[in-house]
Amino acid sequence: ARFRVIDEEFFEELEELLLQADVGFETVMELIDQLKLEVKRKNMKDTAGIQSVISEKLVEIYEAGEKMDSKLNIQADGLTVILMVGVNGVGKTTTIGKLSARLMAEGKTVMLAAGDTFRAGAIEQLVVWGERAGVEVIRQSEGSDPAAVMYDAIRAAKNRHVDVLICDTAGRLQNKVNLMKELEKVHRIISNEVEGAPHEVLLALDATTGQNALVQAQTFKEATNVTGIVLTKLDGTAKGGIVLAIRNKLKIPVKFVGLGEGMDDLQPFDPEKYVYGLFADGLEQETEASDTIDK
Amino acid sequence: MAFEGLAQRLQGTLQKITGKGKISEADVKEMMREVRFALIEADVNLKVVKTFVKTVSERAIGQDVMKSLTPGQQVVKIVKDELTNLMGGEQNPIQFSRKSPTVIMMVGLQGAGKTTSSGKLATVLRKRHNKNPLLVAADVYRPAAIQQLETLGKQLTVPVFSLGTDISPVEIVRQALEKAEKEHHDVVLIDTAGRLHIDEVLMQELKDIRELATPEEVFLVVDAMTGQDAVNVAQNFDDAVGITGVILTKLDGDTRGGAALSIRTVTEKPIKFVGMGEKMDALEPFHPERMASRILGM
Ligand SMILES: Nc1nc2c(ncn2[C@@H]2O[C@H](COP(=O)(O)OP(=O)(O)OP(=O)(O)O)[C@@H](O)[C@H]2O)c(=O)[nH]1
Ligand SMILES: Nc1nc2c(ncn2[C@@H]2O[C@H](COP(=O)(O)OP(=O)(O)OP(=O)(O)O)[C@@H](O)[C@H]2O)c(=O)[nH]1
Ligand SMILES: [K+]
Ligand SMILES: [Mg+2]
Ligand SMILES: [Mg+2]
Repeated sequence: ARFRVIDEEFFEELEELLLQADVGFETVMELIDQLKLEVKRKNMKDTAGIQSVISEKLVEIYEAGEKMDSKLNIQADGLTVILMVGVNGVGKTTTIGKLSARLMAEGKTVMLAAGDTFRAGAIEQLVVWGERAGVEVIRQSEGSDPAAVMYDAIRAAKNRHVDVLICDTAGRLQNKVNLMKELEKVHRIISNEVEGAPHEVLLALDATTGQNALVQAQTFKEATNVTGIVLTKLDGTAKGGIVLAIRNKLKIPVKFVGLGEGMDDLQPFDPEKYVYGLFADGLEQETEASDTIDK
Repeated sequence: MAFEGLAQRLQGTLQKITGKGKISEADVKEMMREVRFALIEADVNLKVVKTFVKTVSERAIGQDVMKSLTPGQQVVKIVKDELTNLMGGEQNPIQFSRKSPTVIMMVGLQGAGKTTSSGKLATVLRKRHNKNPLLVAADVYRPAAIQQLETLGKQLTVPVFSLGTDISPVEIVRQALEKAEKEHHDVVLIDTAGRLHIDEVLMQELKDIRELATPEEVFLVVDAMTGQDAVNVAQNFDDAVGITGVILTKLDGDTRGGAALSIRTVTEKPIKFVGMGEKMDALEPFHPERMASRILGM
């Protein structure tokens, strides 16, 4: 087995691994502090078994003493409305396509609202996803008022007794005050038209994003009361470690991860598996490297 | 939130030690810890931060900083100078080939802003360089990618060459070059599909396009919000296709944009433009000094 002593150098390497996974300074420091205490308490001398302790501590930080359901809040009766929000190009529209397929497989009927009336080709993109998943897309022409599209879509969804309506919105940077106001309006229309809606507001976050993701989550939460995160593009080499701080500080859980551009590339979030992926490979390499040096 | 300015933080550090009269090497070290923190919070890659902090520390300790009356400001100045230097001092214009047409290729990760930047570049080429560009829709994968580019082309009245999604991107580019020759387009601007830098098949496709089209410019389009992974992305794209420059998008956001420094350091290729919005006129030349201030939060 490849064990090494737990020393300052070990903690430094772990710190660097986590920083490189975009976990962020504060969270990393918190983890290291807690880990040091635990190592002392358990009187651990070498790295045997350290991985599960790190995982445990990271999940503790993620959950912040409060378990949250990562299941979607789908109504047993009547219409469920899901609103998809986020900055530009993170994967909102693609996620809607994947999510439709998932819900259909669970036996739900689904309808989509083409609420991005701004970006070139956005409506056509959602329509292609609608065709792939076999669900109807309610659309107006490019440039029309997104709130009006939502209004239309809700009426259509009610008339046809659809189970779930998923609403696409245009990407917007969180510091654009007018665009965030527009989003608030879209949110308001939905809540006026359907009791308790939107039942889910999903924020799409690109795993490639660094520390700005925390500001994104905070601002979108203020505007639309975000209920969950979809962490996209995890099939790359980026880890999106900032979701730990987002869940810890803002109490927004990750509900799904995006693992590709295909219809089936959406999976429920598994905290244990996820935090393990933040450091395990790197730690193994580091341990192996120091092993060879020792010999 | 931990995004307050570096200058402010350094002042804070200084205040703690002003009682001591003189500034020591240890104090400089302490200040450099703040610099390190600021850079990591700004998403500068950790390895890049390490090298940078080492260089600056040596300069700061070696010079008269410690004896000066305002050592905090001195350190900030050295940090900013070094950062600006690393960003590349001069503004880098688009290169045109001697033989027409000049081919420009847009490459990058999914959703970085390639298609939007293609439209913006066409505008710049036409308005500032008096060129007659042809846009090429070589993304056959993303749903409605072609319609997106065609819509932009229509808006700008710039012709878009497309052959649908059943023809390979290499073949599309080959035919586009023929058309450009026939119709006297002096710039051919190729919009490629977003792809992961670790996707060998799709990276090979880019190499094939490059070989066929011998572009004068290969622009890596990068989202300014990118975190630590920016170096891997830039390195892999550069190794595979040999980028000539970078377009940094979505800088109209409030990210500190430290990825810019990381990319610049690992590729040593200039950042040529920044995207400042979604509209077709929102492409600006890159200013190294402004970027340095922004990364430091000053
Ligand atoms: N590799 C990978 N690519 C993804 C994933 N999710 C989305 N993408 C790609 O990312 C790009 C942007 O996705 P979109 O769904 O258009 O993103 P968006 O947030 O709707 O973008 P805007 O509407 O322009 O703001 C597309 O090329 C998608 O195919 C993922 O999980 N993995
Ligand atoms: N605010 C802002 N948005 C931008 C900028 N550049 C691009 N965008 C937006 O980012 C999103 C993605 O842009 P695209 O041009 O579709 O990106 P892409 O790289 O072509 O995406 P794929 O083809 O899917 O890989 C769109 O919503 C654009 O409007 C910019 O400089 N500022
Ligand atoms: K992105
Ligand atoms: Mg979209
Ligand atoms: Mg594109």
